[in-house]
Amino acid sequence: MKTSSNAARSSARRGFLCGTGLTLAALGAAGPLRVLAQTRNTLTIAYNVDLPSWDPTVGPSAVNPTIQSLYKAVFSQFIDQNADLSLKPDLLTEWGWNADKSRISCTVRRGAKWHDGSAVTAEDVAWSLRRASDPKTGNPIQFIWSKVDNVQVQGDKVTAEVKEFEPAFFKWMAFLTGYVMPRAYYEKVGAAGFEKKPVGSGPYMVEEFVQGSYLKLRAFKDYFGPKPAFETVVVKFTTDPSARVAEIESGRSDLTLEIPYEEAERLRAKGFNASIAPVSDIGMIFLTNVEPMTNDKVRQALAMAVDKKGLAGKLLRGHVKPIDTLQAPSYEAYDPGIKAPYDPKKAAALMAEAGYTRDKPLKFKVQTTRGFKPKDFEVMQAIAGMWKAIGADVDLEVYEVAKHFELRAQHKLAPAAFYNWGNSIGDPSTSTAHAMFSQSPHSAWKDPKLDALIGPLWGEKDEARRIAGYKAVDKYIADNALVIPLFQYSQTVVFRKGLKFAPHGAGFVLPQAVGKA
Amino acid sequence: MARLRHAWHVALTLLGVSVVVFVLMRVVPGDPVAMMIPPGAGPEDIARLRAFYGLDRSIPAQYGVWLLHAVQGELGTSIAFKRDVLELIGQHLPATLELGFTALVLAVLAGGSAGVVSAAMHGRWISSLTDGAAAVVQAVPDFLWGLVFILLFGVVWIWLPISGRLDPLLDFHPVTGFVFFESLLRGRLDVTASVFSHSVAPALALALPVAAMIARVLKASMQEALAADYVLLARLKGLSATRVLLVEALPNAVTPTLQLTGVQFAFLLGGTVLIERLFSYPGIGSLSISAVVARDLPLIQGVVLTFAVLFIAINLVVEALTVALNPRLRSRQR
Repeated sequence: MKTSSNAARSSARRGFLCGTGLTLAALGAAGPLRVLAQTRNTLTIAYNVDLPSWDPTVGPSAVNPTIQSLYKAVFSQFIDQNADLSLKPDLLTEWGWNADKSRISCTVRRGAKWHDGSAVTAEDVAWSLRRASDPKTGNPIQFIWSKVDNVQVQGDKVTAEVKEFEPAFFKWMAFLTGYVMPRAYYEKVGAAGFEKKPVGSGPYMVEEFVQGSYLKLRAFKDYFGPKPAFETVVVKFTTDPSARVAEIESGRSDLTLEIPYEEAERLRAKGFNASIAPVSDIGMIFLTNVEPMTNDKVRQALAMAVDKKGLAGKLLRGHVKPIDTLQAPSYEAYDPGIKAPYDPKKAAALMAEAGYTRDKPLKFKVQTTRGFKPKDFEVMQAIAGMWKAIGADVDLEVYEVAKHFELRAQHKLAPAAFYNWGNSIGDPSTSTAHAMFSQSPHSAWKDPKLDALIGPLWGEKDEARRIAGYKAVDKYIADNALVIPLFQYSQTVVFRKGLKFAPHGAGFVLPQAVGKA
Repeated sequence: MARLRHAWHVALTLLGVSVVVFVLMRVVPGDPVAMMIPPGAGPEDIARLRAFYGLDRSIPAQYGVWLLHAVQGELGTSIAFKRDVLELIGQHLPATLELGFTALVLAVLAGGSAGVVSAAMHGRWISSLTDGAAAVVQAVPDFLWGLVFILLFGVVWIWLPISGRLDPLLDFHPVTGFVFFESLLRGRLDVTASVFSHSVAPALALALPVAAMIARVLKASMQEALAADYVLLARLKGLSATRVLLVEALPNAVTPTLQLTGVQFAFLLGGTVLIERLFSYPGIGSLSISAVVARDLPLIQGVVLTFAVLFIAINLVVEALTVALNPRLRSRQR
């Protein structure tokens, strides 16, 4: 009895050891080593955000700038953008208004194909425009697309009547939700079917998509544009910056983005390639027209007390560019002549004139994000210190992005609130106008005088006059310190040796733009 | 009768959770429409979007509609993912359950061994070492362990994968979401190994604090049991020290540990919210963060309810196991 029990135990032990051995062997064969072994034709990207949805024209993902690079790998837009933000053909090869700007006319590219092999037609383009302007689809940019009506197709031309002139209409065609969708396929599979198997006409086809984990793309052989350098692209959704750094440093990923400036510098010193280049994204302090900001002297003093150069150099290691208006240097209405000077002595004098000193400070609340933009909280802490030196004692409150949006839309932000503003198309209407026009849900400063300056520019048909008008608006804003622009941010992209990557002004990290060195 | 009372309590708990989450998510600042207002949208555009997502009705009306659908098994459509909430949860939940189960096994093995060894070696250096280690491990939250493991296994030693659940280059299309078990059953050991290696670091991060707690509670119970008369009798009978420890003392000491493990398993599943995000693990924890970031109200509601159901289920299982293992409770139930 004892012998048989021992034999059984011995047999069980052998089985356990054998099983363990097999598992360990399998781990050794298919585990870490395999992960590291990137093939020559596969590009692995550790990406900073997840991709919730595959329809680039509907829902919150459609207006999330960070996701656009993935959409642009799979879908084509009406119009594309060069790295300097200027427009270039995508599925439209020509576009423009008629002489009196009452109609738009576009020419659709010939020979383009959808990933299912069918041809991209002018009808697809027209349908995409009609669908985008239909309120029932829930397109968040519907208010732009609905400014044209009666969309018609004649051969490879698409025309539409202008209901309300929108100077940046064609720029929007290269911006959020400006994608051409496959009519026949979408109508066949419906919204749910499209989410399961998206079809675009971009350089890559979706081969496999595991929500929250990874996306596998395969090069589309019938793509109308340049052939991508990599046959396969694996996008790992790695939302934590430390994990992204580990991914690139360990060789598990070939490229990553949006890691802290210090980490990009460290990896560069270790032999990785690191691009730290300016993008169309700025940091700013919204001022709300409530006490104490309604006092001109207080506002001007606060603006004058911020040492942007010092902050950029010391806190942000020189990777951001101080700005004086809401226009970054690459934007169309940028005017280097407009200055918001740093003068702490004059700032203290203005505060004293307003009745506040270090001994009798002005107290108010300031809101800021923390960890949303590089060193955002630290920057605001430093600014609070600069303001304290001139007689303003602030209570710094950290808020979430979602709370900022809602408070801003309800005009309930604190007297001063840090946030960022992206403007991929570089148009003044999508920066200055929407951030400062009182009827915009994004403005914090409501000023009839400013409205009188911005109002006529919305529909200004003379482009030179429109740009000059916005420069005048920016001058008025800077002179009256109605907002405190801080910096233009840079984007970090780190990639392994043997790869080529050129930064894009809009911050796109396009798989199709990564080459082999 | 007791079962009916249980079912009634479960239904009431779920209803309470759904009301609290529904109201809270609509009262705190930050709604999904505010998150997607692009530059240039006017008040009428915002109103149109609010109506599109059904947010223009009063909170009680919104809740009424939601409840009506929920009792019919429909939790709505996710705003951010544009997919059925139940389908999304069904897709992500198996990953979390597999991760949680792996973490639980690791925690029980590590914590159980440490607790038994520490009790057996009480008064010696190894016991002090185990107690000290348990205190340190317990003091560090799971997400910090996660960061440590990313650094250790991802950068310093490069032993384990640190993101995802499966090597993307493996060609495997699971029918169920339980990839580990399915790959085992289908004989795809390469996939099993990949899933296992991907889950080790996050599971370890989740398991360590729980293991420390198990070790401490088990040690205390074991010491109590080792001082009991029946253990003394067993020793007098000449039974070996190992047999006394594992056969006589351990089964009697395990009940409080089992109850604690059940409660800790529920907390461990809660911990997946941060750990899954850190390791880009596609489970329900990661999904819940995406839902909160996008203020995806139907999805948040669905995810919280799922966690509530899991917590209730775990408690029921623990209750049943406790009764099964404890003869006194069993006889009281009869």
